[in-house]
Amino acid sequence: MNKRRTREGIVDISTNQTAAGLLVKVKEPRIDAAVAIEFKEAVRAAADGKDGPVILDLGDVTFLDSSGLGAVVAVMKLLGPQRPLHLASLTPPVAKVFRLTRMDSIFTIHQHPPCEMKATG
Amino acid sequence: MGLPASHAMTAAPPTDEPPWRWHSETPKRIRRRFPAGDTETRSALLAVCDGLRRAGICEDDLSSTELILAEVLNNIVEHAYADSVGIVDLCIELRHEGLSCLVRDYGSAMPNGNPPCPPLPRINPPHEVPEGGFGWHIIRSLTTQLAYRQDEGCNALSFVVPLTGYD
Repeated sequence: MNKRRTREGIVDISTNQTAAGLLVKVKEPRIDAAVAIEFKEAVRAAADGKDGPVILDLGDVTFLDSSGLGAVVAVMKLLGPQRPLHLASLTPPVAKVFRLTRMDSIFTIHQHPPCEMKATG
Repeated sequence: MGLPASHAMTAAPPTDEPPWRWHSETPKRIRRRFPAGDTETRSALLAVCDGLRRAGICEDDLSSTELILAEVLNNIVEHAYADSVGIVDLCIELRHEGLSCLVRDYGSAMPNGNPPCPPLPRINPPHEVPEGGFGWHIIRSLTTQLAYRQDEGCNALSFVVPLTGYD
């Protein structure tokens, strides 16, 4: 569990190493301008020193604006090509932002996080 | 854009009635006045969405409205009040054509006196992956009747969010 204090309080994320990569679950309902910088730093810190893909589970996120989208892209760039950033469990409002901006084209997007992906083959 | 067939074909509502309904106790207009800022934007959006949800706006329309307003309000914080602090006035009305929105600030005017109309940022991975520049594309994609006027220190941006349904 990795928590960071922000202007809004806490960017709450948890991490789990899975066979598919490092699963980072975002437990915030909103990734917006108020927490974009803190979100980026929290995910970067959680992935620091580990190898392989990073899967960002956004299943609890019900609002993402272009600031939040920019933060997700920034995380992808910080991780670099050796550590691809995947997304999982986009809620409809979040999926809409990726679709409208065509940024869904640059991420591998899973319907479910890795443990559930294994269960369903 | 017209209403979906499911609404257009609803049997004979009185012609003056809008194609969605709102609860009689819910006002048809939502007004908020707040200081511009990231946390204030968040609070205002939560309050507005709560009101729209109670008015019966469907979740898909609600999420579009929240996203549009977020982009507009973020722009005000970042640009209109880049070097100052100030107030934002938000007014949303349920009308026949959709949610009619008026957002006013008292900061710097938009460059060239018009709301920007930038193309979607170029996406060409791995070298060209944009982190920003999406805001106006999102606003223009999801609204109609976008208009801006600047008058005696007040910037007024108005637009309509077309409604596709209701809960």
